[in-house]
Amino acid sequence: MAKITLDKVAHSYIANPKDESDYALRLIDNIWDDGGAYALLGPSGCGKTTLLNIISGLLTPSNGRVLFDGKDITHLPPEKRNIAQVFQFPVLYDTMTVFENLAFPLKNRGFNREDIKERVLEVAKILDLTDSLNKKAARLSADAKQKISLGRGLVRKDVAAILFDEPLTVIDPHLKWQLRGKLKEVHEQSKLTFIYVTHDQVEALTFADKVIVMYEGAIVQIGTPQELFENPSHRFVGYFIGSPGMNFLPCTLEGNKAMVNGVGIELDDATAALGEESHGSIELGIRPLYLEVHPEQVETSVPAQVKSIEDQGNYKIITVSLSGNILRARLPEGREVFSEKAWLKFPKPWIRLYANDKLLTRQ
Amino acid sequence: MDKWKDNKAWFFVLPVFMIVAFSAIIPLMTVVNYSIQDIFGPGQRVFVGTEWFKEVLSDTRLHDALWRQFLFSGLVLLIEMPLGVLIALMMPKKGWAASVSLVLIALPLLIPWNVIGTIWIIFTRPDIGLFGAAVNSLGIGFDHTASSLDAWITLMFMEVWHWTPLVALLAYAGLRAIPEAYFQAAKIDGASTWATFWYIQLPKMRGVLTIALLLRFMDSFLIYAEPFVLTGGGPGNSTTFLSIYLVKVAVGQFDLGPAAAFSLVYYLIILLVCWFFYQVLQNVGKGETS
Amino acid sequence: MKKRTIFFIIYIFLLMLPIYWMLNMSLRTNADILGSFAFYPKNITFGNYMKIFTDSSWYNGYINSIIYVTMNMAISLVTALPAAYAFSRYKFIGDKQIFFWLLTNRMSPAAVFLLPFFQLYSTFGLIDTHLAVALAHCLFNVPLAVWILEGFMSGVPREIDETAFIDGYKFPRFFLTIFIPLIKSGIGVTAFFCFMFSWVELLLARTLTTTVAKPIAATMTRTVSASGLDWGLLAAAGILTIVPGALVIWFVRNNLAKGFAMGRV
Repeated sequence: MAKITLDKVAHSYIANPKDESDYALRLIDNIWDDGGAYALLGPSGCGKTTLLNIISGLLTPSNGRVLFDGKDITHLPPEKRNIAQVFQFPVLYDTMTVFENLAFPLKNRGFNREDIKERVLEVAKILDLTDSLNKKAARLSADAKQKISLGRGLVRKDVAAILFDEPLTVIDPHLKWQLRGKLKEVHEQSKLTFIYVTHDQVEALTFADKVIVMYEGAIVQIGTPQELFENPSHRFVGYFIGSPGMNFLPCTLEGNKAMVNGVGIELDDATAALGEESHGSIELGIRPLYLEVHPEQVETSVPAQVKSIEDQGNYKIITVSLSGNILRARLPEGREVFSEKAWLKFPKPWIRLYANDKLLTRQ
Repeated sequence: MDKWKDNKAWFFVLPVFMIVAFSAIIPLMTVVNYSIQDIFGPGQRVFVGTEWFKEVLSDTRLHDALWRQFLFSGLVLLIEMPLGVLIALMMPKKGWAASVSLVLIALPLLIPWNVIGTIWIIFTRPDIGLFGAAVNSLGIGFDHTASSLDAWITLMFMEVWHWTPLVALLAYAGLRAIPEAYFQAAKIDGASTWATFWYIQLPKMRGVLTIALLLRFMDSFLIYAEPFVLTGGGPGNSTTFLSIYLVKVAVGQFDLGPAAAFSLVYYLIILLVCWFFYQVLQNVGKGETS
Repeated sequence: MKKRTIFFIIYIFLLMLPIYWMLNMSLRTNADILGSFAFYPKNITFGNYMKIFTDSSWYNGYINSIIYVTMNMAISLVTALPAAYAFSRYKFIGDKQIFFWLLTNRMSPAAVFLLPFFQLYSTFGLIDTHLAVALAHCLFNVPLAVWILEGFMSGVPREIDETAFIDGYKFPRFFLTIFIPLIKSGIGVTAFFCFMFSWVELLLARTLTTTVAKPIAATMTRTVSASGLDWGLLAAAGILTIVPGALVIWFVRNNLAKGFAMGRV
């Protein structure tokens, strides 16, 4: 079992980095608790795979240290760390059977035959692979192959963390949810630390206890799915998480109101105070789920023009324009008939203010 | 990718078909023609049916040449395949070193085949050659013009020197195609260098190695210029392989009939092996995409 | 890693040794060579090279070789391109059989075709012409070209063809302006292999030529069969045959691995 600490880790792929943009990973200072299910979420190129490879030992960071349970393992090779990794596509030993694949890591570490057999059977049971043990690994389907990759990590009793690099990439869509569920099940059973890299927010939010959102080489927020949704600490998190992403309106403050091109939106006192204390350009953020759209004028609402209504199946998304800014909102059932005008209500508890992309919040 | 079905595509293939037919079918017909006739002079020919074939197939010198050929090709495969793979494993993987290595390795492949023979004549002569002088200075009387064994040894050195780079280049390409993730997983699984080679690299080179095997066997089976320049087929007949013997019969003795029959038999053996390897190749290809 | 590099360097050294030795010989006079054994030329002389550059019976050999090799490359490429396209994109009667038949020609023993070629080309009055050798080499180079090009072409998605046709491109224009640029490296690789196999081939080239189109390989072997061997001259001639090859490899070095990766040599 391991607590993973990243002590001022940064990484540049260039020999002599000159400024921040030369770094694939900017300063990461973070502690990951034992046994958690973490997702590293972010768009391509944000550094999540770099970070994963630093944790697994496939990459040595150009700056900083990596600690497992307080021990400095920065320069230890992967096989000496207690980790296993599952890759984007199934990585197997094609000439071996499923049994031999699962036994391989143990064989290399010198375990005896009985112990190996016992352990392999155990793991095969957990992963529902018992019936395939004598088949050639190359013949199985992609999702079974990924399970074998996972299995090679689970067989090692000394394994403390399993790292996943976008493991569902080559899995058929209708099998993805099945495999995802299996991963969660295995996590609960094994109580190992699972770190899961993905660019798909649905995967991240359903799999992980805590999601680490990354953007341009830096961690922008760590939190539970709920925290990320309700209080995105960075503009990027607001935009990336949620479908559609958070709405942002550039505004200025006048007393208790946020002014958007002359239209005033009321804020509660606390939020307004935060806005007063801040520096830099301010944006008002509100999630489509919380933004209320009414066909007729209601209290404290502001008028806007209806642009379009899209049917997403379970719900509809309405796109409106307020003083030149485009906003989106979720329409509850029943409230679907609109003329060209609509009235927007911004519920005060759900309004967030952002200054220079960062959430204004009372610490 | 599903192909479009259209017989008009034949027009695209026509130029190729015509050129190769001109170069292959017409000459072959000539050969078939000669193989069943006895030609005394211009305009004087007699149909003799399978007589030449019988003569050729019972020719002991042909049998000898055939055995020598199989021995030679067998040795070639035995040495060049493992050696080529070994070299590919040792080559630099990227950067300027990789480019330079590729160029240097490929060099022997672009030398005209007679020049190969010339290089090795010069190299192994005791009076003017580095190899020849070195071996003789050790007290070993080495003369490939006198001793059959020495001739074979020199031949093998020349052949391995010349063609191993082909195997190495093919193996190298195969190795570069293996995704890095496999090596990463092997590291994490604690696999030794040997295990990584045996369970990952070698299996993934199956395709290219089969091609290398096919090419080296076939080309060594057809070999002419290099051994001819080096030893002329001697001493005696000790290095007379099939092509050399055929040319001797056809040009030297000018026995058109037997030469033609021999040619057909030779060609048939090659076709058989070719077809066999082609089937294997197809299956290997299928195996890899599954 | 280190051990690997050392062994590799040793291999390269051994590989270059015979070539170096020939270079050594080429820079000495024949008398010097036969007179004393030396690891490097003590009295360097370029006399052998000068003889080759000034004696037309020698330098014509190189020119002839280059001519027919270039002709062969051109013929092979021009005929193979449409054929490879057909094999890549279309299903037609006998397509698999023709493809296999083409491959068998790559494996033809030149010895078998020696006399028939001689007779065939005599009939057409082509003996001792560059065209004869170029055509003869097509026997194995054209199938090779088709094979390699087909591989590269199959890597180009058919959607590109379909889009072009929908956009109103006529086939020739599509092929020349869109398709060929996409398989540029494939054409480079093919040209390289056609060059290689035509440049190195001796038997057919020598048989089909007598004086006018005699390749350098024939000039050298004729020197060998004569008595009174001039080793220095022979060595210089040999070294000069390596130069074009080395140049060609250097220019395509980046595509070499890619070409071999097609595994279709």
